Amino acid sequence: MSDLEIISPGLFTTVQDSGRYGYQSYGIPVSGAMDMYAYKMANYILGNSESDAVLEATISGPRILFRSPMEIALTGGDMSPSLNGDMIEMWRSVEVKPGDVLSFGELKSGARTYIAFFGGLDIPLTMGSRSTYARGEIGGYLGRQLREGDKLKVFRKTGIDGGSLSKRLNPLYIPEYREEKQVRVVLGPQKEYFSDLGIETFLCSEYRCTAQIDRMGYRLTGPKVESISGTDIVSDGIAFGAIQITNGGEPIIMMSDRQTVGGYAKIACVVWDDLSKIAQSKSGDRIRFKSVAIEEVQSARL
Amino acid sequence: MKTKYTCSGDRAITVEFGDKISETVSRRVSAMKREVERRRIYGVEEVVQTYRSLLIYYDPIRGYRELEKELIEIERTLETEERTPERTVEIPVLYGGEFGPDIEAVSRHCGLPVDEVVKRHAEGRYLVHMIGFTPGFPYLGGLDESISAPRRDTPRLKVMKGSVGIAGVQTGIYPIESPGGWNIIGRTPLKLYSPEREVPVLLEPGDYVSFKSIDRDEYKRLENMVERGEL
Repeated sequence: MSDLEIISPGLFTTVQDSGRYGYQSYGIPVSGAMDMYAYKMANYILGNSESDAVLEATISGPRILFRSPMEIALTGGDMSPSLNGDMIEMWRSVEVKPGDVLSFGELKSGARTYIAFFGGLDIPLTMGSRSTYARGEIGGYLGRQLREGDKLKVFRKTGIDGGSLSKRLNPLYIPEYREEKQVRVVLGPQKEYFSDLGIETFLCSEYRCTAQIDRMGYRLTGPKVESISGTDIVSDGIAFGAIQITNGGEPIIMMSDRQTVGGYAKIACVVWDDLSKIAQSKSGDRIRFKSVAIEEVQSARL
Repeated sequence: MKTKYTCSGDRAITVEFGDKISETVSRRVSAMKREVERRRIYGVEEVVQTYRSLLIYYDPIRGYRELEKELIEIERTLETEERTPERTVEIPVLYGGEFGPDIEAVSRHCGLPVDEVVKRHAEGRYLVHMIGFTPGFPYLGGLDESISAPRRDTPRLKVMKGSVGIAGVQTGIYPIESPGGWNIIGRTPLKLYSPEREVPVLLEPGDYVSFKSIDRDEYKRLENMVERGEL
């Protein structure tokens, strides 16, 4: 018997976890939640393990019918969630009963909402992860985005009564998603492909998210970044947040479902903690890049 | 070229051994990957091998400078390391016909008869420089330059699984149905990617590949074996 049923899937809702590491040398992308912070917090609120699988909804949320009692938590972008028509609070645990319906309305902030379930989604592991890689048709629910009528299960945790968790995240840890953002980057690994003017343009201009944004990457538009003699390179690896510059001079930020290798020079890479800001961006949002030294980012975290 | 260590953000380091496609560079990349994995370096999470570099993901608790120092030390020991024996995987291919729709174009481009294109392609020994683009897609180096041909002007929206292609001096095999701009000269019945297997791909960087020209009957026989899980 299933614990939840998808009445309608929303724009693009998939099962995600912390990602599929260890297979990139085989050409298999990492995938995983786009906004790692919001994803982890959703599990944290419920007392789940950090790598439990959740749902990631994009721009417009799903409608979900619950068939079992459980605790859920919603984090990330605010899509006006409600339970049986009554607005519910995000960033805290919410108790649901059989027959309850979770639905979403207007997108108020951000772009992606995470829905975590006490115990985590019961989905088979594919190469060590439950993340959906829709292009490669692996992981998650049958390797694809959710559809109407899909039925999912959650793992039962023993020895804990999941009915009275009632945890709320300290508001200090709730991020604000703005339409204008400053994002820290570490320059490299191919910054020498760009002229001084090119790097200055990149760091001093405002870029706008185009309509070509998905789990693979974010194409931006704005002042062209000048290279010295083109940006074609012999392909090398692409890290989460790597910023490739096309031969047309426009940045592409590589995200969760990025291909493992690529042939455009990378001017910089977004600092891990700031990737959430990109993941929560939608078409039309504005981004400025700020260069930081590697030591500065890493010492700040320790 | 001197090895270059650079940041790929605050959780990955790029170790670049060259900027060209070459066997010498590829061998060093393989040797370094083996060594980094063998030593189980504290903080290292995943090592990704490409044509000319390694992308090493790490826990930032290690600190970039400290990890870089350790990697430089490891690189110094590489020369003296024994090479592990290379594996050669034979890939049966049915060349031409409906399975190799671009073989005529390659033949015209190179000014060689189709038979000769097949012969020269099957005679080669190819190094798997890297796997990428789609799960299990091998980028093979070592193509006889007399049969090299540029990418198609218009990429196909759908290249069938198992298709063997040529683009410039590279040759490769499409493990899953995907779009692609390479000249398709044949098809193999072998499965290059099976997500259910523990090692999901047939080929790994550092392997060698040889091709064997097979006829339609042999293709059918092998295809049946693959379907029954016997191959």
